[in-house]
Amino acid sequence: MAEISILKRPRGEASQTQRKFFKKTARGRVVKVLRECYLRDDVGCGIEQCTLCESHRGSRPPISGGGGHNVYSQNHYILPEANTFLQQMDLLESPSFSPAVIVLQTVLEEIRSRSLPLFNRINALMKGEEKKVWVFHNDFMRDTAVLGHENGSLAERHSAGIRKAVAWYNHHLQQTIRSHKVPTIVLITDDTEQENRAKEDGLTYTSIRTYIEGLQDNTNLLDILVDHGDGAKESAPGQKNPTLYPEYWPTAKLTAGVKSGELHQGHFNPNQYNYLEGNVTVPSFPKPLLLIGRENMNRSVQGDVVAVQVLPESEWRAPRNEVVDQDMALQNDDADNSIEGGETEDAEAKLSKKDKQGSSPKEFNPMEKQPTGRVVGIIKRNWRPYVCHIDRTSLTSSASTSIAQQTVFATPVDRRLPRIRIRTRQAPSLLEQKILVSIDRWEKTSRYPEGHFVRTLGKVESKEAELESLLLEYDVAYRPFGKAILACLPAEGDNWVVPPKDSNSAEWRGREDLRELTICSIDPPGCQDIDDALHARLLPNGNVEAGVHIADVSHFVHPETPMDSEAASRGTTVYMVDKRVDMLPSLLGTNLCSLRPYVERLAFSVFWELDSNAKIVNTRFTKSVIASKAAFTYEEAQLRKDDPNMNDELTVGIRLLNTIAQKLKAARMAAGALNLASPEVKIHLDSSESSDPVDVEQKELRETNSLVEEFMLLANISVAQKIQEAFPHTAVLRRHCAPPKTNFETLQDILVKRKGLSLDVSSSGALAASLDKCIDPDQPSFNTLVRIMATRCMLSAEYFCSGSVSRDTFGHYGLATPIYTHFTSPIRRYADVLAHRQLSAAISYTPLHPVLHSKAHIEQIMGNINRRHRMAQMAGRASVEFYVGLALKARSQRGGVTRQVEEDAYVIRAFRNGISVFVSALGIEGLVTFKHENKYDPNLYTVSLPDGTGKDVTIAVFDKVRVRIEVEKDRNTQRGKVKMTLASPIDSTNL
Amino acid sequence: MNRPELLSSYNYRSDGRRPTEMRSLSLLLSQHPQADGSATVTHGLTEVMVTVFGPRESKNKAGLAHDRAVLSVTLDVPVFSGVPGGRRGRSDKRNMEFTSNIKNTFEPVIQTHLHPRSQIDINIQILQADGSLLQAAVNATTLALIDAGVPMSDYVCATTCALHDSTPLLDLNSLEENDLPNLTVAVLPRSNKVTLVTLETQLAVERFEEMLKMAVEAGKLVHREMLRAVQNRSEKLMRAIESVGGGVGGRPDHRQGEERDVEMYAGNDL
Repeated sequence: MAEISILKRPRGEASQTQRKFFKKTARGRVVKVLRECYLRDDVGCGIEQCTLCESHRGSRPPISGGGGHNVYSQNHYILPEANTFLQQMDLLESPSFSPAVIVLQTVLEEIRSRSLPLFNRINALMKGEEKKVWVFHNDFMRDTAVLGHENGSLAERHSAGIRKAVAWYNHHLQQTIRSHKVPTIVLITDDTEQENRAKEDGLTYTSIRTYIEGLQDNTNLLDILVDHGDGAKESAPGQKNPTLYPEYWPTAKLTAGVKSGELHQGHFNPNQYNYLEGNVTVPSFPKPLLLIGRENMNRSVQGDVVAVQVLPESEWRAPRNEVVDQDMALQNDDADNSIEGGETEDAEAKLSKKDKQGSSPKEFNPMEKQPTGRVVGIIKRNWRPYVCHIDRTSLTSSASTSIAQQTVFATPVDRRLPRIRIRTRQAPSLLEQKILVSIDRWEKTSRYPEGHFVRTLGKVESKEAELESLLLEYDVAYRPFGKAILACLPAEGDNWVVPPKDSNSAEWRGREDLRELTICSIDPPGCQDIDDALHARLLPNGNVEAGVHIADVSHFVHPETPMDSEAASRGTTVYMVDKRVDMLPSLLGTNLCSLRPYVERLAFSVFWELDSNAKIVNTRFTKSVIASKAAFTYEEAQLRKDDPNMNDELTVGIRLLNTIAQKLKAARMAAGALNLASPEVKIHLDSSESSDPVDVEQKELRETNSLVEEFMLLANISVAQKIQEAFPHTAVLRRHCAPPKTNFETLQDILVKRKGLSLDVSSSGALAASLDKCIDPDQPSFNTLVRIMATRCMLSAEYFCSGSVSRDTFGHYGLATPIYTHFTSPIRRYADVLAHRQLSAAISYTPLHPVLHSKAHIEQIMGNINRRHRMAQMAGRASVEFYVGLALKARSQRGGVTRQVEEDAYVIRAFRNGISVFVSALGIEGLVTFKHENKYDPNLYTVSLPDGTGKDVTIAVFDKVRVRIEVEKDRNTQRGKVKMTLASPIDSTNL
Repeated sequence: MNRPELLSSYNYRSDGRRPTEMRSLSLLLSQHPQADGSATVTHGLTEVMVTVFGPRESKNKAGLAHDRAVLSVTLDVPVFSGVPGGRRGRSDKRNMEFTSNIKNTFEPVIQTHLHPRSQIDINIQILQADGSLLQAAVNATTLALIDAGVPMSDYVCATTCALHDSTPLLDLNSLEENDLPNLTVAVLPRSNKVTLVTLETQLAVERFEEMLKMAVEAGKLVHREMLRAVQNRSEKLMRAIESVGGGVGGRPDHRQGEERDVEMYAGNDL
């Protein structure tokens, strides 16, 4: 036990070390707060050669000085100010940045109060072993603390404290290091005031730029360096930049406005078809607020939390029925000069001219009218590093040897983001590469945000680069598991087995021995992480006993361990076409927890006794040990079931399961469950190694798929009921809220007008019934199309903590069950791990870890896994899209002959100058654009195209068309793009 | 403003202490001229004064016990003390709980059977609050009772201990007290017994033992401080008695205010 002591201090010191300040409480009262602070003498300086501080270093090793600098000695330390961290974090994180850094405690606190994410990044740096970072607690040190009674503003005191610390270091090192090689402490500051003061005090100081320039190996670092403001000062001394965007309101005014309801706060969400439009969903309006034009969007970037002022109702309008592509409209913009952009002005001017021609009020469908608004301030930026390509046309010199500093455009892969202007010396070598770019700022005088290059990901269209860029875009943690995490695995590693039966061993305590039971698993082919297995048998009383056995992950993953927190932060396993990013180390996922056949494994079992109508008579949960008798694929299981000659125990079990599953499904459908469709395709890889020529086919669904699904649903529901009963405040559940009726308005309108069909959305049952009636005898896949579109109108399902929402909103709309959770895939979903722990506590197998009693803790985890789940889905889809692109390329070039790929497609949205189509065979959505404007009827959702002979061909939503599909590499951005042109009813190549 | 980190990753608490370091402690005896015994105890910025009257005849005959003395504890929380929650009346639930905690802690320690049919009044004044009020009040009451000469079987030394993740923190200030699960423990250091444990928040059972042990250890440290304070006080008294007894006629020196106080009360006693 650490030594207990009382810190004694003389009475006189109290007046210096007490910090008095005034605080405004939530109710608006002003309270005086007094806090004390203990000054110490035992704060370690962290310098390696220091002999004085050896005794009070604590557990952290001291750091050695850095070298490799032209100006400073072989042994120097840099001591940056808070601003340096706030602006140059990428630089400090870069692996080629090696100087020893001393971080002052006051600097750290400043960073913490300004940006928590940055603070966490610094903390991560300090924890890692690659960087030489030492935190000096100057505010707790008697000699360096700046005391409350000293005069001056907070900022002045802060910078005085930094100087004091540097001075102390100089003095301290003189004292302790007797040799003449005393290390230098270099203060890094960009503040002129601070520089002057440092000069007065005789300290060594420099700006970050000069420091990096003086480093011997700096080419990489100079690019990462954020040019903060100086550049603008240099470039345009006399000429004043005109203001392109309105100034943001002051923060106080924004908060007051949001509070009073005058302003609305929400996430900015740009329109992916039209870069000059965006919307913000706010709670006070049923429809999202529409932001039209650059000025109204006022420098907001996708994901930012913005404050919006609503415009008068006379200016409300519908979204434009037009596709405006940023790359096309802005292709002539000069990166160096943000003000010119003649073409851009035109694009915007053209649009507003069109509005003025008077046709616009009639042109939009009054039903689609939305409130409009303008952004007056940013509540919170949500900038992250973006995956980009360098725009070739923006290069002034593309000679590969040129190392001149150039200002170029980086075009983000995500089309909702604006182009980012970056300055780099290595522009030519970055062409054809995927690179990571961070946005630094967006001045009101600049049309584009300014950013800096972070690192390259690899060559465009190389699988590694594409994969990494997808993972980065969707924020998937894909680093290998760290040492601390792997240390949580059983020491036996691959050789771990269930020990021989012994009721006293940790594995067997309280477990049922089900090794004799005929259990099998049914999974997709090639599945390695088998987390569920099933069995069924007839009971003597005529009822059926069915059981679902789930891998007992919670036996291996204990709460509050590094492995657990890593899994919680990853949230889910991400499946890409050719890669799986695991949530748990693969030893668990594919071996110890995988319910492989003929091997004894620990499981968590759910048993039901079901009567002949598949009604549950009895449910039982138990931890168990099982030995699966077979691992089938869906296809194998199906064949076995259908083969009348097979009558072994396994097959009989599968048949039994199947009959129950059918009854369960019928009951579920009767209760109003939705049968939704989402386009799912399967990518054929040629071989696991090359995976080059690929093909696409639609996924086939077999009876056995539904068999497994039904039992997993049943298990999830039973578990949900049990844990909700046991832990009414903290149970981990999943729900799917009923979508607001307004979501369906457009779809209903289209259906009525185009097909004369109606959609009843009053309940999920009614919707299911009316979806069944949406049949067009001429178009067999019309029904699927409607289902896909209906699915898009719905909300997404989410995890939640049962104590945080009212009881009547627990329901799952899509499944039509009053309560639901995820229990059956603990290897790949973290929510299931939590459900396992709660169920295990509910059956009194293990006590519930205290953190699972805390609602706040659960809510925090739920928020994270909901986000991760969404991101994982999007990443998976994006990966499929990329491979579909590759497949198309392969298909069109098969046999050395270039052929065009033509597919059937359905129109899902019509614009004045284009149509959006869905190609069901490939499961992708594409855009067909026309060069000219066409007659567009927003009321009937049709667009009319001239067929050359003077007649018009009308294309409407839901029409079946044939499109030519090709993958085209965008000349400027190197972005692989699926390009579609209409082949029938009319060839749109020339339109 | 951001809430300060209660325990940084460098093992510093928000006020510069390490987890097992307690705040500056000062123990002053006989501060109050009228009371039979009094003590002012400060733990950092928490300051509590306790005055003890008695054992004396009770005004309230109904509450008397024929075989022992009864304790009557009152608590004053002036508005300037900075205790959150505004003005508290005498019948405030939190006050009642606080006083009954004190009463229950001391009843078994005071040798009440030596003073049948009498009453001991303990008045607790919170002068300044910055967390760990109960701890300060218990320590001050012990010293005030000793100062008053009330016979007790042992010292009662209180400490607080909170849990931050898995690190126990000793002697909490208000920031820590508000945000962390914490317990107040009062120990009898000579007999190694615990007379009071309060825990108003949830806590993992596995951690409780560790925290309790640490609090008991800390209590022994507080005990040493108390012994020293009482010893100093006794020595002063002794000196005062000697000077009064030995001095022929002449008035002793009045160099220090404290010395004067001591002498005056010593004179009263004699």
